[in-house]
Amino acid sequence: MLRRLPAPPLSPALAGRALSALLRRIARRNPAILSRLGPHGAARFLIDVTDAPLLLLMEPQAQRMTAHRRSAAPVPGHDAAIRGRLAAFLAMLHGSEDGDALFFSGELAIAGDTSAVLALRNALDDAELDLTAELEALARPPLDVWLRRMMAAAARRSGYVLSREV
Amino acid sequence: MMELVCPAGTPAALRAAVDAGAHTVYCGFADETNARNFPGLNFSRPEMAEGVAYAKARGARVLVAINTFPRAGEQALWHRAVADAHGAGAHAVILADPGLIAHAADTHPDLRLHLSVQAAAANPDAINFYAESFGIRRVVLPRVLTVEEITAINREIDIETEVFVFGGLCVMAEGRCSLSSWATGLSPNMNGVCSPASHVVYDEVAGQNEARLGGLLIHRTPKGAPVPYPTLCKGCFTAPATDTGPAQTGHIFEDPVSLDATELIPRLQRAGVTALKIEGRQRSRAYVAQVVRAFRAAVEAAEAGAPMPAGLLAKLTEGQSATTGAYAKTWR
Repeated sequence: MLRRLPAPPLSPALAGRALSALLRRIARRNPAILSRLGPHGAARFLIDVTDAPLLLLMEPQAQRMTAHRRSAAPVPGHDAAIRGRLAAFLAMLHGSEDGDALFFSGELAIAGDTSAVLALRNALDDAELDLTAELEALARPPLDVWLRRMMAAAARRSGYVLSREV
Repeated sequence: MMELVCPAGTPAALRAAVDAGAHTVYCGFADETNARNFPGLNFSRPEMAEGVAYAKARGARVLVAINTFPRAGEQALWHRAVADAHGAGAHAVILADPGLIAHAADTHPDLRLHLSVQAAAANPDAINFYAESFGIRRVVLPRVLTVEEITAINREIDIETEVFVFGGLCVMAEGRCSLSSWATGLSPNMNGVCSPASHVVYDEVAGQNEARLGGLLIHRTPKGAPVPYPTLCKGCFTAPATDTGPAQTGHIFEDPVSLDATELIPRLQRAGVTALKIEGRQRSRAYVAQVVRAFRAAVEAAEAGAPMPAGLLAKLTEGQSATTGAYAKTWR
């Protein structure tokens, strides 16, 4: 569905800066993520959301996220890749779907350093993240209230899981 | 009511299990003293103490699995794990190695001991030996017994029995897997991991998904088709042609299916089983919450004499299909 939408208003560079700010906030509030990742924190994870126009490269230890146009070659260098639709990523992050079950059914695929992917999955699962709450905390009042309502409306309309369920 | 023993690989999963109705949660320390030594999984010492406190405050118990076999010269790691589990207030420890059991019985006489499935005690003589020698209070039975055999065992022993009702199956004598050791150089029983992630490679080749362990091709599946775990025992292999038949390709050792013994819960109750165990410490808090909720409803139904709910958890199972395993002996 997202592929049919016009190109995002943010450039990849701006999207990367915004996502890096979010990543830094999450890492600051959840230090256990990096300790669970251990040596795999230094790995570069390619997040390939197949129904989104941008590829994401996440570097947990550097607390950096960069966005890359899908059409741009070559694919950024990475140690591990996770591929799937946005709905699968959001459902796994928010505890409504099990990562192994998504893998069994072929809805998520992985390549590269399997240990790093497993460590990331386990670290994020333990962190019980809530994307709506994280975004809300980045906004100042009264924008936070507006954002929460926006996210709730977006969740209802799209069917995406946008906040923590378990 | 039968006791529900539920897995937790992280503190979040422990809380999910307790909140979903687990009577008991089992977990392990983040090292090779337990059989789910996966990257990013398991508990630090402070996390274990917090987990025990969270469970106790809600009327649940925590068991600590220290169920790998200590290596010569390295026993201190396993001894420390037993002492720390005791210190954290664990209800019991789950052990497999007779030497470690003897150490725990001598050093921590007030600590409740359970015999791990990894000890593979599958007859009354073996179980009574552990009970009489070390004061073992509960045995986790290997997944090779029928309900009738479990009934017979319970007639001849005085300790509690716990049996698996849901999750991954192991075709070996409970983890004594030479296949995984041969392919990776790491032992499930001593390093705590079957098909270690460090030796697993997934790749897309000519439009198909491939899984390799230690360089050996285990599966080649069409994109979007159900995918099993990358274990050799559930691999798809080609056996060469012989004088009696052509070459055959298939799951030679075991089909990639999971155990679901929900329908057998009333029979297991009549067989004298105390506790039902759910496999899956490597799974997410979403799995734990869904499976525990379903099985809590099932044990409550069994207690009330109501029919068992069925088929609720297929999506969560490996291969997305389930079997009653050896309990009903229809298993290949």
